[in-house]
Amino acid sequence: MLKHLIGTAAATLALTALPAMAELKIGSIVELSGPGAAAGTNFRDGVKMGFEEINAAGGVLGEPVAITEYDSQTDPQVSRAMVQKAIDDGVVAITGTVFSSSTVVNMLVARQAGIPQFTGSEAPSITSMNNPYIFRTAFGSQKGIPKLTKYMAEEMGVKTVAVVWANTEFGKGGHTAFLDEAERLGFEIVADIPTEQAQTDFSADVVKLKGIQADAVFVYLTEEESARFLREVRKQGVQMPLVGDTTLTGHKVIELAGEAANGALGHVGLTPDANIPAMTAMVDRFKGQFGYTPDHNAIKGYVAAHAIKCVAELAGKADSQAIADRMHGLTLKAADCPGVLMDTSWDDSGEMSRESFFVEVQDGKQVVKAILPAN
Amino acid sequence: MAELIQILISGLAAGSIYALAAVGFTLLWQASQTINFAQGEFVMLPGFFVLIGMALGLPMWPAVLFALVLSLLVLGAAFKKLIVEPMLPHGTLPLVIATIALGLLMKESVKEFYGATAQPFPAVFPQTVYNVAGASVSAQDIGNLIVSMLAIGGLQLFLNRTRTGRCMQASAQNPGVAEILGVDVKRMVLYTFLINAALATIASVLISPIYLAKFSNGETLGLVAFIAAIVGGFNQIRGALVGGLLVGVIDNLSAVYVSAEYRQAMPLLLLIAIILLRPQGLLGTKEGRAV
Repeated sequence: MLKHLIGTAAATLALTALPAMAELKIGSIVELSGPGAAAGTNFRDGVKMGFEEINAAGGVLGEPVAITEYDSQTDPQVSRAMVQKAIDDGVVAITGTVFSSSTVVNMLVARQAGIPQFTGSEAPSITSMNNPYIFRTAFGSQKGIPKLTKYMAEEMGVKTVAVVWANTEFGKGGHTAFLDEAERLGFEIVADIPTEQAQTDFSADVVKLKGIQADAVFVYLTEEESARFLREVRKQGVQMPLVGDTTLTGHKVIELAGEAANGALGHVGLTPDANIPAMTAMVDRFKGQFGYTPDHNAIKGYVAAHAIKCVAELAGKADSQAIADRMHGLTLKAADCPGVLMDTSWDDSGEMSRESFFVEVQDGKQVVKAILPAN
Repeated sequence: MAELIQILISGLAAGSIYALAAVGFTLLWQASQTINFAQGEFVMLPGFFVLIGMALGLPMWPAVLFALVLSLLVLGAAFKKLIVEPMLPHGTLPLVIATIALGLLMKESVKEFYGATAQPFPAVFPQTVYNVAGASVSAQDIGNLIVSMLAIGGLQLFLNRTRTGRCMQASAQNPGVAEILGVDVKRMVLYTFLINAALATIASVLISPIYLAKFSNGETLGLVAFIAAIVGGFNQIRGALVGGLLVGVIDNLSAVYVSAEYRQAMPLLLLIAIILLRPQGLLGTKEGRAV
């Protein structure tokens, strides 16, 4: 009996003494419900696919990656709590959130804990707070919009513009960046129309547009609102060119707006329709895995996963501080780190730059009209 | 002038859909003293039934019919049998709480099974735009307005001109006396719930092409319809109609001429004004209840 007990105890001790399989914990904190669900779900799936590929290829520095998902509910305070929860769970890095209103709140928690955060948000304020732990996966609107306005001035000959924007952190950032550029380029703003987050009825806003004449309408709304807006524009027969940055011509918007999306123009940092073999292959794999066409948010998430892997390998250790330190001033070339899809640079504020695209929606697809250089 | 016409037509079109949902509030209140706080979700859900029908391979209109049948079963008969009948003997408040819980359950279930993102919903009317005195009036707006008006007008005719309708009214006004006179009160109450489910389905099919089908659509719709029902008069169908149209028009007028930022506050201000100045609603009648 005693022998049996000793044997059992020895076996238990031996098992518990074995080193546990180390794993790299990543917190995926995104908008899985609420108004940001379209963007958040895409970003989440991109992150998931990226890390699944990384795990299949041996993980990060030999360690498998374990992703834990947290739903921010598109609520800044919930997102803050989720970031804290992820940190308490011991994550090495965070991916998300996508909505700027959430990111400006939750990034302070990650900063305090020294956890690098790879966000899909585009509000300019995010990289202007001297936060050494925040990194973008798409450039901020203060970098994207100058590319767009330059194209509008030089290629479209725009002189008068109406602006329709979301009265949120995301929208305010784009609105301010656009007005600054408009002033610099001498655009006359003939109408300035704010809208609310999760707005469902755009008839009054489009009525306002109908009362003015402009060379173009700059639309800066999130995905679902963009689709509702485009449908209303079609319904009321507005003929002015609609130009957006990132969201207006996104794939989710095209799916939701249907035929009403045709003719919309926009600047996009990432597009599955870019003639880049790595991007095309990624899009095909994504469609196969998730059954829908990824939008720019999915590609952002995918890039975030691969950036984390490549940076950890460059730093030589999968450690939060090492990753954050190595990210500043870094350029990842697609040749060395194929998962980032395009050559990408991050500056000391976490802002990124790379080439981007000007597209038009034709027959329900993005058609690249011009490649815009990195700035 | 063209702008005003445009705003009025858009407001009336949206308001007529709110009215459909608001009529549901008044119907259930009259028939069974049920304030259904899941009414917004009742309007959200049939849109997903249509999408499920289409995913099963049905064309649009058969899918709408499929959604109508499902709604009658789930939002009409099952709602009455499983929620209202067991809860009603415990008073109005437990029933109100039960409908709030039901609304949450419906919302979260749609999110769980169909996803949190909005879904495209096929247009019911052609995308044609007409020019009326300089205003662009879409076939969708005109269609929404006509269908809603026909539905509510048809309901009024049914209630006033048919024997069953009058029995339903009698059951709502005094169930005890109605029963003595040989009216099958339980059946009449069931009809009321079925009519509410049918109206919710019509509202859903009309509004989903504008709002897109999304699990959270009921939040806005439920609140607006509730306000419309109170503004118009909670115990009058024509009051709910007027309330819905008024809220739709005021919402659009305030967004254009006052402030887009405060547009959501305008119906609430209207609600406060009505409660202070005419608590029974614009077309409602004063009603006393023993407590």
